[in-house]
Amino acid sequence: MNTHKKYNTEVTGAEAVILALLDEQVTDIFGYPGGAIMPVYDALYDYMDQLNHYLVRHEQGATHAAQGYSRVSGKTGVVLATSGPGATNLITGIADAQIDSTPMVCITGQVHSHLLGTDAFQETDVVGISMPVTKWNIQVTKAEDIAPALAKAFYIACSGRPGPVLVDITKDAQFGKTAYKYQKCESIRSYFPCPKVKDDDISKAAELINNAQRPYILCGHGVLLSGAEKQLLAFAEKADIPVASTLLGLSAFPPKHPLYVGYLGMHGNYGPNLLTNECDLLIAIGMRFDDRVTGNVNKYAKQAKVIHFEIDPSEVNKIIHADVAVLGDAKEALELLLPKVKTQKHTEWLKRFEDCTKIEFEKVIKDAIDPQTEKLRMAEVIDKFHKLSEGNAIVVTDVGQHQMITSRYYTPNIPNYFVTSGGLGTMGFGLPAAIGAKVALPNTQVVAVLGDGGFQMTIQELGTIMQSDIAVKIIVLNNNFLGMVRQWQQLFFDRRYSFTEMKNPDFIAIGYGYGIKGRKITERKDLQAALEEMYASKEAYLLEVVVENEENVFPMIKTGASVAEIILE
Amino acid sequence: MDNTYTLSVFTEDKIGLLNRVTIIFTRRHINIESITASESEVKGIYRYTIVITVSQEQVEKLVGQIEKQVEVLKAFYHINNDILSREIALYKVSAEALKENELFTRIVNENHAKILSIAPEYIVIEKTGDEREILHLFNDLEKFGILEFVRSGRVAITKPMKTLNTFLKEVENNSKTVIKHFSK
Ligand SMILES: Cc1ncc(C[n+]2csc(CCOP(=O)(O)OP(=O)(O)O)c2C)c(N)n1
Ligand SMILES: [Mg+2]
Repeated sequence: MNTHKKYNTEVTGAEAVILALLDEQVTDIFGYPGGAIMPVYDALYDYMDQLNHYLVRHEQGATHAAQGYSRVSGKTGVVLATSGPGATNLITGIADAQIDSTPMVCITGQVHSHLLGTDAFQETDVVGISMPVTKWNIQVTKAEDIAPALAKAFYIACSGRPGPVLVDITKDAQFGKTAYKYQKCESIRSYFPCPKVKDDDISKAAELINNAQRPYILCGHGVLLSGAEKQLLAFAEKADIPVASTLLGLSAFPPKHPLYVGYLGMHGNYGPNLLTNECDLLIAIGMRFDDRVTGNVNKYAKQAKVIHFEIDPSEVNKIIHADVAVLGDAKEALELLLPKVKTQKHTEWLKRFEDCTKIEFEKVIKDAIDPQTEKLRMAEVIDKFHKLSEGNAIVVTDVGQHQMITSRYYTPNIPNYFVTSGGLGTMGFGLPAAIGAKVALPNTQVVAVLGDGGFQMTIQELGTIMQSDIAVKIIVLNNNFLGMVRQWQQLFFDRRYSFTEMKNPDFIAIGYGYGIKGRKITERKDLQAALEEMYASKEAYLLEVVVENEENVFPMIKTGASVAEIILE
Repeated sequence: MDNTYTLSVFTEDKIGLLNRVTIIFTRRHINIESITASESEVKGIYRYTIVITVSQEQVEKLVGQIEKQVEVLKAFYHINNDILSREIALYKVSAEALKENELFTRIVNENHAKILSIAPEYIVIEKTGDEREILHLFNDLEKFGILEFVRSGRVAITKPMKTLNTFLKEVENNSKTVIKHFSK
């Protein structure tokens, strides 16, 4: 409960918005003003000492910043935008947050309620537009409905499987007067965020686990969302089961642990993909069998029984049939499971993974991190950075080849220290998400790894860095190509490089324009020193590394192929 | 194999919710054959009846997605054997039909329909029944020329005995699970 001065007296709807944010312990918001949200911005003016507002340069940047903020801190990200174009600019970030289960509350201004449906200036039906990509949304037309709507919004966003919500508030509701009394939302009759774990499901799961010869754990984002890292570790150690991670599950399991076998998916590690089709029990925890993980589903783990630990009932049997589904929170489920699993040893099975790791090292990794090419390769940059940071920096990526390389060669030591756009694959995510992460954890190193293409999708957020002094480090891996698309053109479209070559600006000069220092390197001999300089910088820093133009990411599971058909070169 | 399924969706009263539910179908390229919405036996709780033709696997997934919506209390799917369903249809035919009064009256009676209104230019006939019966009458009336025809879409009652109130109690207990807040 808050104790600010206006409590229990009449306030405007706009002020109610701010007070509700304070009552939800919000400390940071990302936004951009405009006509229909001006009353809220005006109210914010009186609360600048309690609420930090970060002025982005495009509303999409605000959504990704809120996502980055949430992904590293667990707090709900908050976004403020105006009606019409302000609101529509949020959609990409909302869709990204929806598919990557990120809690976010977006507050948009809307035209006066008497103008709704008249095509008034800057009126868009943002509630309608955002419906397919929000967990929940609502339009508020009365001042007194604002606080209850926000209470619900925060509850829905962060409970169960988290997601984005949108609250659209008409201008007259912001101007209207209301008594303010905040009541936190603690349940909604029709909403069941977290099923209670059933003992029976746990017993069935334990029985399969205790009888398996080649059990295999797939760890997803749900482990991080649930905070179940310790429970997962205890379970894996007791039953001696290899653990592989999805892209969004990275950082949930300690990367140097002998049971950690690597990462899954189209450009993941060799063993984790290949051996999916050799295990006899697949234990999926908080993951949803995305097609980038499964490859061809008709040839996916057909030999194995499947246990699916999942909070969202609609995910069970959606893609892969589960022999046992354990519905509920992963942490709770794993705690209940632990005493029921037997201590085991799966030495031979684990050896299979080790063998694969050796093969992958010889065929892919060795050359990638220590190349004989004249030009720099992405992997050696990331590998050097990994060694420099010892995996203790938060790394945020954009989307493309550099993303896949970073997820392969940077292995974070600390849970939630890896942030990327997985389900939507949103280019332009990286820079603003890194800004949000740095705002959430200002004392942690935050490094954005971007491609030359994606950087330019939200490059204007350098202005946010400048204005709010956000010490984000930026590595641009410049291959002068939309590299990931070019790779596909090379492999599947006969090298017809249709509009994937980029004529790029002078990134360092742009950085300077925003008051951000930087350096461009093209040669191997400068790499280590440049990385060190960047890492040691107290302020934001832009490091452009010119890399091989036509490098391909391997291993790879081609579209339509099974995980076992993963190729190394 | 595709089958006709009738979905019963129980919801809170919220603007836009019907839209949220129909988006689930359109996104998957599934055509809604009929949809009706009205308040249920419990005040404030609405019931949508939706008819679709899909596979068993599809209908299970659809129901999962529908139930996932925050304001949906519960969704069920039924095959035709599990429900009693009715539609209402109105047929407007030219008053000329009365020239063949005997035939016309026989058709109306045999189809268990009734005459709702007679005006100088037209007659309106009302028929309640299943889809097949409604089409049967349509075919019979066609010889008089059908000026207008409208069907309500299916409404259905389920055969299994479990009242909405029992579901509501279960639902309320389920929603009281503690909030899970991940914090670092
Ligand atoms: C908004 C958006 N548009 C298009 C794409 C398709 N796409 C995926 S990767 C990629 C290339 C990215 O190029 P760049 O940022 O230079 O990274 P690189 O692959 O070269 O490392 C493109 C165009 C996308 N993911 N997101
Ligand atoms: Mg590129």
